[in-house]
Amino acid sequence: MSEILVSLSGLTLSYGKTVAVPDLDLDIIDGELIALLGPSGCGKTTTMRAIAGLLAPTSGRITIDGRDVTRVPANKRGIGLVFQSYALFPHLSAFENVAFGLRLQRLAEAEIRSRTETGIATVGLAGFEKRKPAELSGGQQQRLALARSLVMKPKVLLLDEPLSNLDARLRLEMRTELQRVQNETGVTMVFVTHDQAEALALADRIVLMKEGRIEQLGTPNELYSKPATAFAAEFMGFENIFRVENDALVSDAGSLPLSYDAGAPLLAWRPGGVSVGSGPHSGRVLASSFAGGHREYVLDSALGQIKADAPIETPEVPLGESIAFDLPRSTARPLAA
Amino acid sequence: MRNLANWLILGLTLTFLIGPFLIIIFAGASAGQSLAFPPDGLSLKWYAKVFTVESFRASFMLSMFLAVFGTLTALILGIPAAYALNRYKLPGDETIRTIVAAPIIVPGIIVGLALLRYLVVPLDFTVTMALFMAHTALVLPYAVRVVSSSLHNLRADMEEAAVLLGCSRLQAFMKVVLPNIRGGVLAAFILGFVTSFNQVPVSLFLSGPGVRTLPIDMLAYMEITYDPSVAALSAMLAFMSLAIVFAAERLLGFSRYV
Repeated sequence: MSEILVSLSGLTLSYGKTVAVPDLDLDIIDGELIALLGPSGCGKTTTMRAIAGLLAPTSGRITIDGRDVTRVPANKRGIGLVFQSYALFPHLSAFENVAFGLRLQRLAEAEIRSRTETGIATVGLAGFEKRKPAELSGGQQQRLALARSLVMKPKVLLLDEPLSNLDARLRLEMRTELQRVQNETGVTMVFVTHDQAEALALADRIVLMKEGRIEQLGTPNELYSKPATAFAAEFMGFENIFRVENDALVSDAGSLPLSYDAGAPLLAWRPGGVSVGSGPHSGRVLASSFAGGHREYVLDSALGQIKADAPIETPEVPLGESIAFDLPRSTARPLAA
Repeated sequence: MRNLANWLILGLTLTFLIGPFLIIIFAGASAGQSLAFPPDGLSLKWYAKVFTVESFRASFMLSMFLAVFGTLTALILGIPAAYALNRYKLPGDETIRTIVAAPIIVPGIIVGLALLRYLVVPLDFTVTMALFMAHTALVLPYAVRVVSSSLHNLRADMEEAAVLLGCSRLQAFMKVVLPNIRGGVLAAFILGFVTSFNQVPVSLFLSGPGVRTLPIDMLAYMEITYDPSVAALSAMLAFMSLAIVFAAERLLGFSRYV
């Protein structure tokens, strides 16, 4: 365990004159499920395409299993990729889609047959072998694309936004499915996503990216509870972030005095970390919505807009009325500038 | 009232579309000696006579040769061109697209004259060679356009998927792209074939002594002999085109691609 399988060093990727990823270093451990997380344009997809060999790096090195593959073409790297659009071959049956790569290796017909059938069964599509991709549902197409990559026994399986095209119920099902497949096959998975909930739920480790650089790398728990930067904090749901200046919280809209020592240049709170109903500050309710276990308020305060969650037991405060709130030190996440 | 007007318009449209065709069929089936409608009695003798005219046989073979091989050549040039225009951001690709479409826009007479004046005469091409090149060039726009529109519907990541499963770029094209644009390629072939086969203005300039395409030969024949065999031949050619289009429609829904 914890052996490095894929190693990116000094990887620089550009499209024409635009540098998408400058100088990236990343080690991917054998058998892990790692997420490349970030907003669109952060370089996560570009990085994934470079690992696959679909994009040649401007400079830097990619090694897989200790072997330098930087100049090895995509069809000789032994890497699988499940595309966001699945990219199934519409003219071939489900069976032939999965058998496609095996046939290219000129394996014996019996082996192709048995490996394809096993692959199709692994993703729960037994009985659908004769269907064309267009005759399968979105979730089934996704699983077929997964099987097509898995039968090749790739060293690394890359997944591009694997859950984004599925509806909420299927998304949960596919999430479980991916974890199960990873458990059964032990294949190293790298998946790209812009959805932090997806990354938190699935990944062993998360690489949070911003403008082609790694903003923070850690376990889901580390990123969720201890974001290191304002960007990471915002991405992880700390929606209220303020500067600390002269014992006061400061935003572009104004400031509020602090009753405690901040100890950091920035403080951040999740909506759930803001206490509503009592406290030294007050804000006018701009928006209020029911969210099951709690009520979500948007308050207009001296610091501008504040997002705050109130327990559902407390009576609802009508729009336009003022409510007391506090930004306690205990729920604040201190951040470096 | 409105219903009646609709039927009237539909009826007139059909009359204009099918009427000339019916006239030709019957004019060719005349028992008389000259081209006339309504025919003087009915007979299939002119249909039979077509097959005995030596020059028709030769020019039919030439037209067939030009239509089949000209179109195939246009496809061999046109498919990679369409692929490149679709998949890569090329400098000046809009201009290339416009130029490729030019023979559709420019009147055939001008294309024919230009080819004659600047290619055939100064470079001393044989008539068959000149006709072959002209027909290939005429069909090329159809090949590029029709193939382009089917390529346009095919996502590029499918090829990348094939590459990651072990294909070379060429294998990915042959195993994944080509099977999925097969319908478009066939549609382009049929469209090209019919265009080439019925082509008059360009061939008019380039036909030389003893080497004529069928439509030119029919024109020449009519100048000398005004008998119903030309109508009979026209009718048979129309049936041939119809049969091809019908077969294509039946096989793969040709009308989707045009």
